[in-house]
Amino acid sequence: MTIAAPSPSGIAALVDDNLAPRGIFAVIFSFLRRQPVGAIGITLVLIFGLAGVFANWLAPYNPTSNDFSAMTEAPSWAHWLGTDQLGRDLFSRILFGARTAFIVGLTAAFVGGVTGLVLGVGSAYFGGPVDLWLQRVLDIVMAFPLIIMALVVVSIFGTGLQNVILAITIPLIPRCARVVRSSALAIREVPYVDAARALGFGHIRIILRHMVPNVMGPFLVIITAFVGQAILAEAALSYLGLGVQEPVPAWGLMLQGGAEEYATTAPWIAVFPGLAIMLTVFGINLFGDSLRDELDPKLRDR
Amino acid sequence: MAFGLRYSLIGFGAGLGALIAAIGPPALAETPKRGGTLTYLIPADAPPTFDGHRETTFATAHTGAPFYSVLIRINPENPGSTTDFTCDLCTEMPKPTDDGTTWTFNIRQGVKFHDGSPLTAADVAASLNRIAFPPQGILSPRSSSFEMLDKIEATDPNTVVFRLKFASTAFLPALADPFAWVYKKAILDKDPHWYEKNIMGSGPFKFDVFETGQAIKGVRNPDYYHKGQPYLDAIHGIYAPKQSTRVEALRSDRAAIEFRGMPPASRDELKKDLGDKITVQESDWNCGSVVTPNHAKKPFDDARVRRALSLAVDRWKGAEALSKIANVRTAASIVFPADPLSPTKEQLYEIAGFWRDIDKSRAEAKRLLKEAGAENLSFELLSRDIDQPYKYVGIWLIDEWSKIGLKVTQRVLPSGPFIAAQRAGDFAVVQAANCHGVVNPLIDVHPYLSSSISKQNYGNYEDPKQDELLNKAMHETDPVKQKQLMFQFSKHVMDTEAHKLMILWWYRIVPYRSYVKGWKISPSHYLNQDLANIWLDK
Repeated sequence: MTIAAPSPSGIAALVDDNLAPRGIFAVIFSFLRRQPVGAIGITLVLIFGLAGVFANWLAPYNPTSNDFSAMTEAPSWAHWLGTDQLGRDLFSRILFGARTAFIVGLTAAFVGGVTGLVLGVGSAYFGGPVDLWLQRVLDIVMAFPLIIMALVVVSIFGTGLQNVILAITIPLIPRCARVVRSSALAIREVPYVDAARALGFGHIRIILRHMVPNVMGPFLVIITAFVGQAILAEAALSYLGLGVQEPVPAWGLMLQGGAEEYATTAPWIAVFPGLAIMLTVFGINLFGDSLRDELDPKLRDR
Repeated sequence: MAFGLRYSLIGFGAGLGALIAAIGPPALAETPKRGGTLTYLIPADAPPTFDGHRETTFATAHTGAPFYSVLIRINPENPGSTTDFTCDLCTEMPKPTDDGTTWTFNIRQGVKFHDGSPLTAADVAASLNRIAFPPQGILSPRSSSFEMLDKIEATDPNTVVFRLKFASTAFLPALADPFAWVYKKAILDKDPHWYEKNIMGSGPFKFDVFETGQAIKGVRNPDYYHKGQPYLDAIHGIYAPKQSTRVEALRSDRAAIEFRGMPPASRDELKKDLGDKITVQESDWNCGSVVTPNHAKKPFDDARVRRALSLAVDRWKGAEALSKIANVRTAASIVFPADPLSPTKEQLYEIAGFWRDIDKSRAEAKRLLKEAGAENLSFELLSRDIDQPYKYVGIWLIDEWSKIGLKVTQRVLPSGPFIAAQRAGDFAVVQAANCHGVVNPLIDVHPYLSSSISKQNYGNYEDPKQDELLNKAMHETDPVKQKQLMFQFSKHVMDTEAHKLMILWWYRIVPYRSYVKGWKISPSHYLNQDLANIWLDK
């Protein structure tokens, strides 16, 4: 059997295909083509995300305006998703509710994730007592389920948008730190990190330039999961009356009070905010799963 | 008491009773059955404390009333009346002497506290002295209700004498306050705060157990002094702040009754689903939503700003709409709307926030804000985490204020922290309720008096002029002149100074399981809550 050596032009083609930098659109298109389920997920997320961003222009009514001539109206041409017991347009409230959900979800996920990233990589890099003590502290925080921890934080600091973000961010930090640390521990041992140390690079440079970029895969995946968790947690806190307060439009808040009181006579008050929560979190989870598949070389080609 | 006023009060009482009777269940004479446990719902997370002398919330009343006795009360068989006072611990209702300034009550003999010790006149005097003349460090929001009172004495173990500074029609209603629980003097002497965290009375039920945020339980007091009562073996109060939880508990028969009141939608839903298994009693409610700006915080020290807040709210339209979804119904002054002392509608139209033309009213509000340099004002409204009617009224008010350019957010707190925040002055504007037991406007308006006089006034203001106006009304015995003085007082409080904003009066709807018998609705959710006359027809 003869094995022909690859021609120089063939090698160049391989390099072009696998190593040459691609444009962002090409990367996105490639991702969507390979991960159609993820494409559905990101589409759902984008629909709700853009609805929140452009709510001022898209909403047909003021989401906080009462209209006593239209109390508990069923879905119609005038009110696509109906109205609540105070005559407020549900479509408008869901659009603005998306804004609340994404502000909380993205902020909590980003701040909690980045803090967790720094702590996780730092813990793995320094090791020894730093790693030992930091991990024990994170263990304590992680001992409490996310919603319980969030309830504790809200009880201490009070309700309101900022405090809700804080309440959800804090329990996310150790979860991210734990995942990132496990990846960073392996990276700490690779030769190029040793080489960087040997060349006299500082800790910060080694962490930021050589370790953080190599844990971005799991980090991005967990961040997407956090967005969904944070949106759910915000809805739960608002439903319990501990999140944002009326009349601020928020999906969890819309499920509280009137939605329960009118569940049998005006079910649309509960159904549509519930659907919004479900579809958004569903979309985020689909996207997150696909992103994980895409970034994991073992899963990519399955 | 002047005959004119007496007749007008009796007429009012009879009228209110007739109204309640007309919308309540038919009164059939049935023989009470003994036994069973009443499971009832308390629409709050927990009482701030157990001390009825200190608290003004139903959360405390519905928790503690079954364990305590009072000196006198509104007749539990006729709780809709405003004049039918009967004895609880006394033996008979006395006639006043010394031109109406001395009231001598004989105390029942043989009454025992739940710890087995005898209840005497000294315990009654000590308890009422604690309410009327609270010692240093003791909070008594009802002390101003007793401003006609000079002193209370236990002249012997069975006699309590009340000496008044001046004769007043407001004395008996104040004395019949359903929170005027009789405590044991020996305990009060040892620790004046003991009753804030403990329960021990002489009422129809003995305290069994309190589970924080969950339940309060009591068992029948075999030594109870009203013959044959209580009919129940035990009571079980469940704390359930969420409206939907309470409706489902009634629907599934996990609980038999919630005494405070439910909105029309819940009544209709339960009645539709359960038919005859649900009975409904309804009544006007001596309870109103009141907004109080904190005068200690700028710009609410400015009457123009406070007046603008009131002028922005369209109470006429709001009452009509909100009555469909919340337990509010009537736009009226600070005087109970069905009372003879209440202003006429024409007089009401003169008061800020009650003008016929809301556009003109809001234009004036904007002008006042501009003049006061408070255009585009933003502030936080403190509210309570109880759906009915706080949540609905709060959302509605914020929308109404937005129509004059105000940006208002809401801080919603559970009952305990809510009351604590009010007492600490930790708010800019608060939406609360002015609720009372016996309908008696001369006493019921006391929370509007200067903060140094009324411990229920969390507005942090002093206004001797308005205090003087009410003082004159208290002393006036001619009903026509008294009504005029009350209008002057109301206009001063609601319009000239706009110290507080009377929003809407509530309407009480109590749907309950039809096997619950013996309970009769009243214009107050504080009244008739010792549960001694309730029995179960199961």
